[in-house]
Amino acid sequence: MSTKIITPVAQFAELLPQEYKDLVAHGPYHERRSVRDLGTFKEIVDEHPHCAGCGVALAVRLLAAALPSPADTLIVGTPGCSFFSLVQTALNYSNTAFGNQNAVAAGLKRMLEIRFPRVHKDVVVVAGDGGIADIGLDLTLHSWFRREKITTVMLDNEVYANTGGQESGMSRQGRVLNMAPRGKLFPKIPVFELAKVSGCVYGARVTVAGPYKVGRAVRNAVLLARELGPTYVQVYTPCPTNMKFPPDQTLRVAKEAEKDHYSFEEFMSAEAAEYLTRLKATSEESEKAPELAKP
Amino acid sequence: MAGLQREVDPEYLFLEAPRRQVFITGSEAVAEAVKRANVDMAVAYPITPQSESMHLVGDLYAQGYLKDYYRGENEFAVMAAVHGASLGGGRVFTATSGPGTLRAMEMFPVWAGSRQPIVCAFMCRGVSLPPSIQPENIEMAMLLDVGMLMFHAEDAQDFFDMILKAYAVAEQPDVHLPAGVFVDGFFVTHTRSAVLLPPDDLKLSAYDPRRAPVPTFDMETPPIRMVRDPLLNKSNFISYAANASWHQEIAAAAERARKHIRRYMGGLLEVEDPAAAIFLAASGTAVSQSREAIKVLKAEGIRVGLIKIMSIRPFPAREIEAVTAHAALIVVPEFNIGGWLAREIKASIDNNRRVVGGPRVFGGMTMPTELIVDQIKNALVRSGAKRPRSPRRDLSG
Repeated sequence: MSTKIITPVAQFAELLPQEYKDLVAHGPYHERRSVRDLGTFKEIVDEHPHCAGCGVALAVRLLAAALPSPADTLIVGTPGCSFFSLVQTALNYSNTAFGNQNAVAAGLKRMLEIRFPRVHKDVVVVAGDGGIADIGLDLTLHSWFRREKITTVMLDNEVYANTGGQESGMSRQGRVLNMAPRGKLFPKIPVFELAKVSGCVYGARVTVAGPYKVGRAVRNAVLLARELGPTYVQVYTPCPTNMKFPPDQTLRVAKEAEKDHYSFEEFMSAEAAEYLTRLKATSEESEKAPELAKP
Repeated sequence: MAGLQREVDPEYLFLEAPRRQVFITGSEAVAEAVKRANVDMAVAYPITPQSESMHLVGDLYAQGYLKDYYRGENEFAVMAAVHGASLGGGRVFTATSGPGTLRAMEMFPVWAGSRQPIVCAFMCRGVSLPPSIQPENIEMAMLLDVGMLMFHAEDAQDFFDMILKAYAVAEQPDVHLPAGVFVDGFFVTHTRSAVLLPPDDLKLSAYDPRRAPVPTFDMETPPIRMVRDPLLNKSNFISYAANASWHQEIAAAAERARKHIRRYMGGLLEVEDPAAAIFLAASGTAVSQSREAIKVLKAEGIRVGLIKIMSIRPFPAREIEAVTAHAALIVVPEFNIGGWLAREIKASIDNNRRVVGGPRVFGGMTMPTELIVDQIKNALVRSGAKRPRSPRRDLSG
């Protein structure tokens, strides 16, 4: 890893806005952080381009705080709303084409295993519901079938938000959206259920209304992907702009969803459960679990 | 044995190492190139006529020559996977054909835009509809402006050499761009010919990510790529200018490849009989057919020179302009309906009415020597220079 990963050009360093200086000086790299520490470090630039009340921006902040070793983490994403905040964090992020993220992540992870056989390099896909469930579904599933050691995080706002509020495969049935003028005619694509039967060793369905749950799920998923195989976290990230609710109601909308169609659920293989138990036993609390050395 | 290979300089491997002649297919020539290219990882997806070459690369993996190899789920995913692997700082290889090229299309500008020296072999074939698996190279027309270097092999020897040399050119720090090595499928992939190979206990030096002009995506190489205003979505002049200047830099990097192509490949084109007034200008297997046509014409007393274009991107426009300065007629036979090579040449020279595009064959049709001979004779008739002995239907494009 390199702790000098964000290095402004010296001649321009003074010209950087204060929030960027803060990101360089207090990005989340130099010591272990957790969701509990949000607010004590600079996980995202304040002037990020998300709409007020954006669930995606909140999920990215939680994710940035929950990664077990951000200084050795590579994020792969897609064009779309998630892109906005990921490029405003101190995470190393690559955005290529739309829908290819799990294939890119698979190639990247394999090459990093070749080049750094004794270091954990965590490769995490962070993308929206359109990228993972629609245009990239075959690549998502095949990365799981092949047991690629990557984590996939879906930021599910149940709509194509960045392109103007069109129906996605993850939109709820009946919802009237652009390109679904009579309401969506079929239910949400069961990606979470597909993850269970497609090779994921761990999966969690959470909402941004449960920050600790999101943090735990992301951390578990990344740690397990290192050792055992693909993992999946599906986060409900309500979109006030396209779902037409006031931006200060995001958490309420997420909480209601949790009671309704987005209940917390977690699955893991027996091996994964054993690993997490072992991990917990070797640390005082799971939030501060030390990284296990590779055998 | 994979473990016993010795790393050598490209110059030694390409130009100095003793070579032994073997009688192999074009697909086997691909594997021979990959065997000596010190490739870290390859990803494969089947499509005719590419498949056999990637089977053989799989065998190389099983023998320990590559560190990773797998079958992807489709060409878009394969090109995405080698993109990811290349971002991670290693040397990669893949190959595809016709419809596979089109399915993967979105990834080629991404490779170029992220300045990755990925080498991909294209065993060109027809694209639907009507369906054809047979040789033609229309897909090259669709790749002319994606930002990658493009080399067109005439035969298995070219294919072997160009794949190896493509790595040496593409990985130069002042280039660092993807390279496509193209052949006309079947004609080269599925036929045997004599190929001279350097010893297989030699290989290229490993890819060194520290020489890359863009940071490797591995959290070891600061700084990370970071932008205050995402170029993708910001509508302001600075974003447009940043985006445009990046495009210009990719184009400039391709221009800088010329000197490396001259050094390793001996030039962007080859010319035979430069003093001739009539030229056949071609790339790929159309060059071989042109050679045969030239023999026939010579026997009839018509002197025709040959311009074999090896580098399609960058395109040897100035070289073609210079060599044809005194030419009265330039005939361009092609294995595609569009005539992309004729267009390129017409755009490169003065008085481009001297360029006759054709004959063009496609859909798997072969290019009989007579077609080329007739094209030249008919063009001469039209220009009033010479009457053909047996006028046939005009096939000019």
